[in-house]
Amino acid sequence: MCTTCGCGTDEVKVDGHAHAHGHEHAHGKVNEHAHPHENGHGHGHDDHHDHGHDQALHSHDHMLAPSRAVTIERDILARNDAEAAVNRRRFAEHGIFALNLVSSPGSGKTTLLVETISHLQGEPAIAVIEGDQQTSNDAELIRATGARAVQINTGKGCHLDAHMVGHALEHLEPADDSVVMIENVGNLVCPAAFDLGEAHKVVMLSVTEGEDKPLKYPDMFAAADLMILTKCDLLPYLKFDADLCEANARRVNPSIEVMRLSATTGVGMAAWIDWVRDGARAVREAKAATVESLRNRVAELEAQLATRG
Amino acid sequence: MHEMSIAEGVLGIIEDTARREGIREVRTVRLEIGQLAAVEIPALRFCFESVVRGSVAERARLEIDEAPGQAWCFGCCESVPLAARVDPCPRCGSHQLQVSGGTQMRVKELEVA
Repeated sequence: MCTTCGCGTDEVKVDGHAHAHGHEHAHGKVNEHAHPHENGHGHGHDDHHDHGHDQALHSHDHMLAPSRAVTIERDILARNDAEAAVNRRRFAEHGIFALNLVSSPGSGKTTLLVETISHLQGEPAIAVIEGDQQTSNDAELIRATGARAVQINTGKGCHLDAHMVGHALEHLEPADDSVVMIENVGNLVCPAAFDLGEAHKVVMLSVTEGEDKPLKYPDMFAAADLMILTKCDLLPYLKFDADLCEANARRVNPSIEVMRLSATTGVGMAAWIDWVRDGARAVREAKAATVESLRNRVAELEAQLATRG
Repeated sequence: MHEMSIAEGVLGIIEDTARREGIREVRTVRLEIGQLAAVEIPALRFCFESVVRGSVAERARLEIDEAPGQAWCFGCCESVPLAARVDPCPRCGSHQLQVSGGTQMRVKELEVA
């Protein structure tokens, strides 16, 4: 199994099928091949550590072949970013508004998704990509609402990457002019670095957490365009200072938008639903404008062809 | 632990280059990691040692240049150094900052045989 992309568990078995089409999997290959090699040659972990850098330097001195420098200057996440660009283009071509939902585990991502689906009532249609290390519980909760959902199990992976999302999209086949919500693995650290091709990262923080979370995990709050404070119906019972939390989020990201809501009572949901509908409309209209200009161009070219034919 | 994915990304770039240029052994790998790139350097070194086993870079030394963090301060209307995302502007103390440098993660150079 590919530990990074999670191909090989239930839902991903279907995805695993897609893998047979020749996707290059540098990460999987490395993981799977490194271990047999290590065992086969019998050098343990400790050996490696004992010799460490000195050995590398030592052998370096005795090398006969001269060294040469090769300039690379490539971004380490270039491969992920290239796949994210493919996903982003696919979303744009189909008029799909894609959101990447990130938070710590237990902040209420799935509950908010279920309530969002019920509030949108198919306008626009919504499809969900669920990311978790194990189980397809969340995808099942989403499917129970009637919406399409695909579960990615990352195994030991701590985040979704653009490659996994590309696979998931092949199975999800979201409708044109719809919304795709990607529920990332519950983790406020790693998903910040991985572009999935989304329009926005939306970070969720429940009021049962600390108001200093944006200061403790600044990279995620810096990467997000919107912060949603969830479970706000519990505020009367807690010492959580929502204003201070907003101020902390703006310390790391002065332009972040903030919403407060409770998916359970429905208070504050209207603003979120409007935000989703507005975003979806903008993407849909951009697609329609592109199609319109392409049609005009085709008509122009056909006219030119007719005068010369 | 996204340092593991980053280490795998580095190895991917090394292997692409090795295939393209017929490199048999990589002796040094030089990275540039920004101060604000959210990468734990010791964790990255540990992961790098693990992922390169059995590859052309198995014995490679990892050199990491740390690029300083930088931000545009809207109060001062100038570029200021920034060591961490939660820090205020070192000149005026404001948090109205836009990070402008120090988020890069790049493979700069390989020394190969």
